[in-house]
Amino acid sequence: MAWSFASDRPVYVQLAERLRKKIISSEYSAGEQIPSVRQLAAETAVNPNTVQRALAELEGEGLLEVRGTLGKFVTEDREIIERSRREQAKSLVRSFVASAAEMSIPTEELISMIQEEINERP
Amino acid sequence: MNVLECKNLKKAYKRGNFVLDNFNIRIPEGKIIGLLGPNGCGKSTLIKLIAGLLQPNEGEITVCGVPVGEETKAMISYLPERPYFNGSMTVNELIGYFKEFYADFDEDRAYTLLSDLGIDPKAKLKTLSKGTKEKVQLVLVMSRKAKLYLLDEPIAGVDPAAREYILSTIVNNYDSEATIIITTHLITDVEQVLDDFVFLSYGGRIIASGSAEETRINTGKSLDQLFREVFRNA
Repeated sequence: MAWSFASDRPVYVQLAERLRKKIISSEYSAGEQIPSVRQLAAETAVNPNTVQRALAELEGEGLLEVRGTLGKFVTEDREIIERSRREQAKSLVRSFVASAAEMSIPTEELISMIQEEINERP
Repeated sequence: MNVLECKNLKKAYKRGNFVLDNFNIRIPEGKIIGLLGPNGCGKSTLIKLIAGLLQPNEGEITVCGVPVGEETKAMISYLPERPYFNGSMTVNELIGYFKEFYADFDEDRAYTLLSDLGIDPKAKLKTLSKGTKEKVQLVLVMSRKAKLYLLDEPIAGVDPAAREYILSTIVNNYDSEATIIITTHLITDVEQVLDDFVFLSYGGRIIASGSAEETRINTGKSLDQLFREVFRNA
């Protein structure tokens, strides 16, 4: 099943976001080998050079490591993954709070709404 | 090295009426290129010239440095707009043909792709739907190990699910030494598989070209949006 992407943002950025999520959520666990560029390209129907660029991005962040000719692996350094998780969570909250502020939702109400939403989750 | 080079190419079907007027392009290896343009802009004509099925009035075309001719046919795998196969042949027989014709044909790969697509190799072509025939043709074309793939409207006649399969087959076949040229007017569907794009206007005039990702980064627009804007003002 090909993945779909917003067409007005660079595909490599979006692909990196999704792969980062897979690492943070342990779908790709620490130390695990990830699929090759070719496999990822075929799975997502994305240009292999674009896939390569997304992986390079995650390598730059330390989330992925290249082990010689063996391929690419998720880092075993759990601290790096944890830091990335916190960064992602923080940016999610930041944009959420900014949107709420645009609508002038009072802080108290916002917090209680969040709590309510969490309680209602199955 | 350039897989394809067109120099001062001119082609007219009618005297003085140039479908391609002084067309120049250089395409390196290892790229998936979208040749995008409205109907009648000369996309298919260009593809047929490169495939050696038409002769230019002027100019020259080289594939991996070799002028288009017998030798380049072995390097090019061409998917025409419409299937040209004899309807009374079976898919199996067709595979036999390709095996005999093309030294670079990978029979195992062809059968794997056919079974992925759920196509019965014993079926006669005339019993297959239009979309299935197109899939068979794509399987044959992508099962060669060519230097240059010319895919003329590969997704126009098939349903969205098959489109995805076809695009992922194209990507899966990617080889850093080969180049794939895809013509289409369905830009949204091919956006994410392209390295570079070329917008062709009437007369084969190149009105924009570049890297798909860089263009999205620099303009914040999809190729499809850009295409609409460029051709509204063209």
